[in-house]
Formats: sequence, structure tokens, C-alpha cells
Amino acid sequence: MALTRHTLSVLVENKPGVLARVAALFSRRGFNIESLAVGPTEHPTVSRMTIVVSVDDLPLEQVTKQLNKLVNVLKIVELEPATSVQRELLLLKVKADLTSRSHVLETVQLFRAKVVDVAADAVTIEATGTNDKLTALIRVLEPFGIRELVQSGMVAVGRGSRSMTGAEPRLRSAS
Amino acid sequence: MDAQPESLTGAQMLVRSLESVGAEVVFGIPGGAILPAYDPIFDSKKLRHILVRHEQGGGHAAEGYAQATGKVGVCMATSGPGATNLVTPIADAYMDSVPLVAITGQVPSGSIGTDAFQEADIVGITMPITKHNFLVQRADDIPRTIAEAFHLASTGRPGPVLVDLPKDILQAQGSFSWPPQLDLPGYHPTTRPHAKQIREAAKMIAAAQRPVLYVGGGVLKARAAAELRVLAELTGIPVVTTLMARGAFPDSHPQHLGMPGMHGTVAAVTALQKADLLICLGARFDDRVTGKLDSFAPGAAVIHADIDPAEIGKNRTADVPIVGDCRETIADLVVAVGELYETGTRADIGGWWAEVDGWRTRYPLGYAEPTDGSLAPQHVITRIGQIAGPEAIFVSGVGQHQMWASQFISYENPYTWLNSGGAGTMGYAVPAAMGAKVGRPEATVWAIDGDGCFQMTNQELVTCAIEGIPIKVAVINNGNLGMVRQWQTLFYGSRYSNTVLNSKRIPDFVKLADAMGCIGLRCDTKADVDATIEKAMAVDDVPVVIDFVVGEDAMVWPMVPAGTSNDEILAARDTRPVWDANDV
Repeated sequence: MALTRHTLSVLVENKPGVLARVAALFSRRGFNIESLAVGPTEHPTVSRMTIVVSVDDLPLEQVTKQLNKLVNVLKIVELEPATSVQRELLLLKVKADLTSRSHVLETVQLFRAKVVDVAADAVTIEATGTNDKLTALIRVLEPFGIRELVQSGMVAVGRGSRSMTGAEPRLRSAS
Repeated sequence: MDAQPESLTGAQMLVRSLESVGAEVVFGIPGGAILPAYDPIFDSKKLRHILVRHEQGGGHAAEGYAQATGKVGVCMATSGPGATNLVTPIADAYMDSVPLVAITGQVPSGSIGTDAFQEADIVGITMPITKHNFLVQRADDIPRTIAEAFHLASTGRPGPVLVDLPKDILQAQGSFSWPPQLDLPGYHPTTRPHAKQIREAAKMIAAAQRPVLYVGGGVLKARAAAELRVLAELTGIPVVTTLMARGAFPDSHPQHLGMPGMHGTVAAVTALQKADLLICLGARFDDRVTGKLDSFAPGAAVIHADIDPAEIGKNRTADVPIVGDCRETIADLVVAVGELYETGTRADIGGWWAEVDGWRTRYPLGYAEPTDGSLAPQHVITRIGQIAGPEAIFVSGVGQHQMWASQFISYENPYTWLNSGGAGTMGYAVPAAMGAKVGRPEATVWAIDGDGCFQMTNQELVTCAIEGIPIKVAVINNGNLGMVRQWQTLFYGSRYSNTVLNSKRIPDFVKLADAMGCIGLRCDTKADVDATIEKAMAVDDVPVVIDFVVGEDAMVWPMVPAGTSNDEILAARDTRPVWDANDV
């Protein structure tokens, strides 16, 4: 069995220490987090973590069960790439002087990214997309000289009208 | 119940909350950060505070209290080293699912994170070894937090919960009302087993030709010993009880094969290996039971019932998973299996029993008398069990004496066998026996300890002597770290690196007992064993310590060497059981 990437969307109580509990659980049970993003939700008492892990199916079940045992964890859903929208944010500072700037800007347009800061010899580019798209953008810009790269964890949401939080009676009592 | 909120300090609210939630005993030691809590404790008429001599002892005492009574055990310590000394008992309680609430003082809120005097991040430290923990940030939150801590510790799969209380929060004024509203939106343990799973399980039970009831500590936690007996007798299926489940099914019962695992009986280990169905009730396929996992019970289908869904499928895939409380699960199984039997669906397990009985007859538990004239530790432990009787509570440390105490004492009643199974904490026995005696003062409580273990936590005998907790301690003194020595004998060419304690010479356990306000006795010959035990049994006002000086070469058998298949079980040294040709 090859390791496969799984995206877990985890609703947690918005309380101090919850991130530490989740992170500690992954390291304690020997699972690697590929990417982690935490942020607020439409419920003030609930935060949402999007965790990308590379594991086999069986350990994934164990991760999910162990996560569910954390008292502050409210709900876990695995989001499949085909049925969810998955996005990462990339900020990239690329060398761009008078000779190369037009080439860089052309690439930015091709990827539907945008320039958010300009200096005499560099531009800062903002791009969002799937991991594959951002990886491709980085590869194309690499020859110009990457001065700084910062990338967010992935966030994801299921497609369609259903809400992960709305269908959950526990959350109504929590909020 | 209090209708009007009262204005109290955080410390007063803590004590009122503990009283209101039903806590009767706290094992603890005061110190700077927890000091405000000790002032109202001084006045409490409902809480008995037992001043222990080391926080670790307080933690194990709370565990012993909890395991003997089924109530939540409570221990208390100050910040920093007080709290870190609780880490071992908390880890122990986590591994053995013991309901425990640990209350720790913390430096004042404003000093947290500054490396203040006696500061330790005990919430961070205990995160992986607690079911949950809390850092309380407002005095008003204390009643709810204490109520939540007790609820979490005692429901679902029980476990330890730590509540960390900064000093300024204990000193602050707040409003107290009881009962508080619990706020645990993410905590919903499943206790009702699924009816479909019960039906599936019942079908497999009725059809199995070589079934075994593999019973773990969860049956005791669920207080399901009576239900288990009904199920066992209804089905006639052989029963094995793990180290954590000893006492859940009477040892004298003809269906009981004893303990499985590394030092289990040949019959129990072999029955699991050759079974076609394991009915696992509140056990977790621990490595000490399964041996090499991929060769464990290779021909068996598995019904796995546990209240913790994460245990199911963790080590061994379950064909029928049942998430729920063991008592409800077993009761439902009794009904479902009974209905199938009435329709005539019932496999014959007579042939299976003939095989099982053969192993049991050929390889009973036993031991060889030492040839050097020394006292056999197994004899001492057997006689303690027989003289103290099946109503007594036996508490062991960890090592050879623990295995012998599990093997050679006949447990007839639940909650009469307490030990550190998962964590394997040396030093558990004396303080846990103290806690058990506090919880069950009418019961005779024997700590069966090794000389290595005893030297880790015997200071609590001072607590016992002063607080009037007359436990009895049998130190099985072979002068060595016996189990480690056994492994050195078997696997390290008898090179006894750092296992010789010399405790037959130093310390003098009789004098040590005397110095701690206990009666100290010594016994080193077989002829004196009974009289010495009876002497100890006759004392009921002070703790008694017996230094049983035993031979150092006795070994625990049977044994499955670590990391090997259970098929490699040795009934005794160099004695591999011989299976009949018709054995599978």
C-alpha cells in the first residue's frame, strides 16, 4: 500500500491549547502532518482545522478515531479532492529587474496570480490554487530567482449546498 | 442544592465543588501555589485529606482507591515539582483507564511563561497522558471545571483528568452555584451497543466451534462481572482473563483457563492461538497478550467489544466491531445468543473442550521447589492468597512477584486484584494498597511487592502508620531486580549487569518497617511461612511488613519470549508443550 494524501476537515472548540492537543496527538501516534491551517468559522465558538496527512487507509482510521477522542474536537470529515474545493495561498518574492520584469509579469498573468508589491529589482506575487498549480507556478518562476517563498496550509470546503457545521446539532448547543 | 449563588474565593469553590461532586478523600501535599486551597480544606467536614509523603504516592493512592471502589480517585499537589511528581501515576492511570482527578496549583496567571519559581507547564506535560486537562482561567469556572473533570474521568473509557489552578484564581472572589452546567459539546461516549452488531456477534458465537471469551479490564470498569458469568455459563465457552481483568471471572470456575499472554497459562495462550472465534470484551490486544501480532490467533475471527472505538481495529482487525459499554453489550449478547439457541442454532464445542482440557491437564501452573534450600516465592504468594482468602484485596508492584501474584492467588471476586498493567510502574503497590484500604477499610489489603519496587515508594508506610491505614505488605525479597535478572539469565548469558540490589543485607526491612511505625516481620524458611502470615493477619491496627527472604533464581513460567509468536510458549525452562497430532 502506498501512502496517500488525505484532507481532514476538523471542527474544534475555539479554546486555548486545542492546536497543541491536535499537534501532540499526531506526533505521539507517529503521524506526519503535511499541512495544517486553522481559522475561525461562522460560529464564534468553533474553529476549523484543515489537516493534510499522508497515511495508509488503516492508520487514517486510527488518526480519525484518536482525533475524535479529543474532548475539544467536535466533528471530522474527510474531504475528497473530487468533491471539495481545496486551496492554498502562496506569496512569492521574485527577482525582476528591467530586463526580466515583463517575462515575470507574463507568467503571473498566465497563472491568474497577481503582483501585490513592486520594488526596483523584485516583485511579490500572490497566488491561490491547488497545490499542483502553485507548484507549477514556482517551477516556472524559479529561473528568475526566488528570493523568498511563503505558503499557507491548505484550506478546503465541500462542494454543493451542504454545510459541515450547519448539520451538526452539537454545534448549535456550542454556539 | 444551592439555589442562590454564593460569593466565595476560588479555593473555597474548589473545596465546595469537590464536596458537591461526591469526593470523600484527597491524597495530597501542600506547597506554595496550591496553598490557598489548603485553608478551606482544613475546615471541610466532608473531605478527608490524607497527607502523603511523596506526590507519586498520592497519585497511586488515588488510583488504588479508584480501582478498589469504582469511584473517582483524587490527588492534589502544588505547582512545578509537586505536579511533575504526579506524572508517573497519571501516565499509569491513563494506560490502565483508571478514573483519576489530579488537582495542581500553578504559579499566578501573570507569571505563567516567565519560568517563575516552581513553574512547570503541567497541562502541556500531561497532554498525552490524560484523557483531558484544564488550565482554569477564571474563579467562576472552577465549579464547572471540577464537575467536567469528574464526568470525563468516570464516564466512557475512564481515565485521568488534570485541573491546573493558578494561585491568583484560587485567591480571587467568584460566585458559586451547584450544580453547574457542563459544557462538553465534543464529548459523547457511545454506551449503547448497536443492535445489528449484537445480532451479527450472536450468530458467530452460536456457530463457532472453537470460541474463547477474551476478557479484559473493560469488563471490570463496566462493572459487568455478573453479566459475564451469565454469558459464559449460557454459552459454555472457555474464558481467559487478562492481567487487568483478574477477578472478573472466578478462578475456581471450571470454564476459566486463567491469564493469557507472556506469562499466561499454557491452556489460555494455546486456546487463543487455536481458536476460531475470539470474543474480545473490553480488552485491547496488548502486545503482552498477543506476542508477535501477525502470528496471534491466526485462525480466529474477532468480535471486539470496547467502549473506545479507537481500540477496535488498532492492533487486530475486528470482523464484528461493537462500540459500547461492556455491561450493556454482554447483557444484549446474552439475550441474542439465547434466542438463537432456542431456535436450535448452536455449534457443539465438546471437541474443543476436550482439547482445551488436555492442555490444562498436561500443563497446569506450577513451579519447582528450589534445590538450594531457599524459600520459593511462589509458595509464599500462594499461601498469602489462601490464608487471606478471596475477600481480601491484593495489590502488586511490577515484576516477577506481580506475575506470581496474578498466577498463584485464586481471584474469586472482582476488584480484589489491583496492579499496574499497562504502564508497568514499579512502586505502585504500597501507595495503591494504601488507597485501596482507605476506600475499603473493612477489607484486608495485602501489598505483594518486590524488594526493588518496595524501595521506590515505601515512604507511604509512614502515611499509613500515622493516618491509621493498616495495610499488610509482603516484600518478596530476592535481593535483585528479579524480572530483569530473569531476562539476563535467559537472553544475556546470565550476565547480571546492575540487577543485584543486595536488599537481603541493606536495608534491613524489619528495622525500616519499625522506623516507619509499622510492625516488621521476617521469614526465610518454608516452615515459618504460615505462622508469619497469620501473625500479620492478626494485626489490624498498624501496618505490617513481612520481609520474605526468597531464592534469587526462581523464574516466572510459562513464558513467551518478547517479540516471538505465542506458539513459542515455554511451559518451563526448555520445556515446550507437545501438541497432539490431532491438535490444529
